[in-house]
Formats: sequence, C-alpha cells, structure tokens
Amino acid sequence: MHDHDHHPEAHAPIQDDGEGSYDEKLTWAILSLLVEKGVLSGDEVRAQIEDTDSRTPAMGAKVIARAWTDPAFKARLLANAKDAVAELGIDTGSAPVLVAVENTERIHNVIVCTLCSCYPRTLLGRPPDWYKSLNYRSRVVVDPRGVLKEFGLELEPDVEVRVFDSTADMRYLVIPQRPAGTEHMTEEELAQLVTRDSMIGVTRARQPGITVSAPA
Amino acid sequence: MEEVNMAAKFQPGDRVRIRVGSPPGHFRTPAYVQGKIGVIEAIHGAFRNPETLAYGGDGLPKRFLYLVRLELPQVWGTYAPPQDKLCIDIYEHWLEPA
Repeated sequence: MHDHDHHPEAHAPIQDDGEGSYDEKLTWAILSLLVEKGVLSGDEVRAQIEDTDSRTPAMGAKVIARAWTDPAFKARLLANAKDAVAELGIDTGSAPVLVAVENTERIHNVIVCTLCSCYPRTLLGRPPDWYKSLNYRSRVVVDPRGVLKEFGLELEPDVEVRVFDSTADMRYLVIPQRPAGTEHMTEEELAQLVTRDSMIGVTRARQPGITVSAPA
Repeated sequence: MEEVNMAAKFQPGDRVRIRVGSPPGHFRTPAYVQGKIGVIEAIHGAFRNPETLAYGGDGLPKRFLYLVRLELPQVWGTYAPPQDKLCIDIYEHWLEPA
C-alpha cells in the first residue's frame, strides 16, 4: 500500500499560494488599468517580459571576451559602450546609457545602486536578488573591501577600490581583468570565464581550469 | 543623450560640493553624499530631470549629469584605506562650486 503520510520522502501538501502581497496586487491593478485604458496591450507587456528574459549574463560575457582579445574594441567599449556592444548585434536601447569601466592591477571597480536596483539589464538581464538587497546596497559603499571578502575576493591593500553608485541615467558594466594563463584561449573559451558577478565587480573572472560541478 | 543649447557649468577636475536637501517628492541624490566635497570625473551629458519625470512631467529643462569622484575616507570620516573612491552620478542643480 502506498501511504503518503508514511512515505520516507513525504512533503507538505501542495497548497494555493494564498493572497498575493501588497506589491503584487498593486502591480496587477496598475497593469489591468493600463490595458483597460489602452495605454499598453497585454501583448506588449508579454513581449517586454520575453525581451528581458532573453537577456542573460552570457551576452555580457561575449562582450568582455571580445574586449580581452581585441584592444581596439576595448577602447571603443570604454569610449561608448552602447555603440561597441551594438557591433556584436546587441541592442541596449537608447536609455539608460551603458557605461563600461575597466578593472586593472591598480584599480578595482564595483557597482551598486544605493537608491534602488539600477543594473545594466539590457546587457546582463535581471539583477541577482542580493544586488537588490538593502544589505548589499547599504554596506558596499561603507565597507566595500569587507563585502568583497564575503564574495571570496580579498584585494591587495594598495589596490584602489572604486565604488560606482548608479544613481541616475547610467548603467555600469565592469570589464574584469583577463585571468593570467589564458593567452592560448579562444574568444569563446574566454567568455566561459566571465561570470555575472565579475561584471558587477564583486568577484574576478573565473580562473581557467577551475571547474564547477553541477548540483546533484 | 541629445544635443542641448546650454553649456555645462562644471568641467572635469572642478571641485564641487553636493548640496544638502530633501525636497518633497522624488530625487536621486542620496543623503550619505549630501554636503560632501568631490571632484568632477566626467560629464555624462544632459538628461531629463527625474524629479519632474517621476510625476508624469516632461523632465525639461534637461540637466547636466556628472560623474563625481569622492574620497571614501572623506565620505565616512573613519574609512581606510586612503586611496579608495566613491564615484556617483549627480545632476548639476545638486552641485555647487567648492
């Protein structure tokens, strides 16, 4: 007999999620009003969600790998990031403006939005939850080195840390340092070393040869 | 960024003080940098003013937006090491010469 209550892997019964949160209800109320008034159509909303979901850190990684292998491209990326990424077929829209900053031996840049959660979504997709947390937003401007240490990155004392607080119309992208020992690697292989977090500046790019095993 | 018929009040290298204030409504100058002194790192261009844009206005006239560089030890008083910086985007009407 298959008695669910005594099954070794018994789980809580599936329940309705219950009443939505205040913000959820507000969102749906505004959305339904906008559709009702003809400001937006349901199709447009869905298309926008699909566009957002199609953008992932892999797009950013492609840009960084190109910058590592093509100094002229890197110069164009630093001068006008929107136009440079457009060369790779990535449209980041007209506003906000994408800006690239480069991490070097001497300077380490890290990005935050203390006021909300501004993030280069058109290139990297949705920000991670921690990026939006009050914890990260309030602490990285007060103790950037301490926060970076929590991400496993311990910077040399003589490195200059630059915390970018994106308070307005700019969205910052960090160009992480190209790891040593990657001279033989192709652009495609290099892109595998570029993580989302390294483009926010809370970590370095992945070292080659370090493999990550998939969860069981 | 669109072309505008006005000149930026500040140039890279200029010392500026970030104004103190909390006008009613939406503004994008965080309290922790208000009253602090920094240096203009770059001029981003002229952008619509978020303080009126947030309420359905047109955000005009546009405001110059600057990247301002501050010394983290000066922002917090007790911060070390001395070379670390805060780079923050501030609209022109929130800046005054220092």
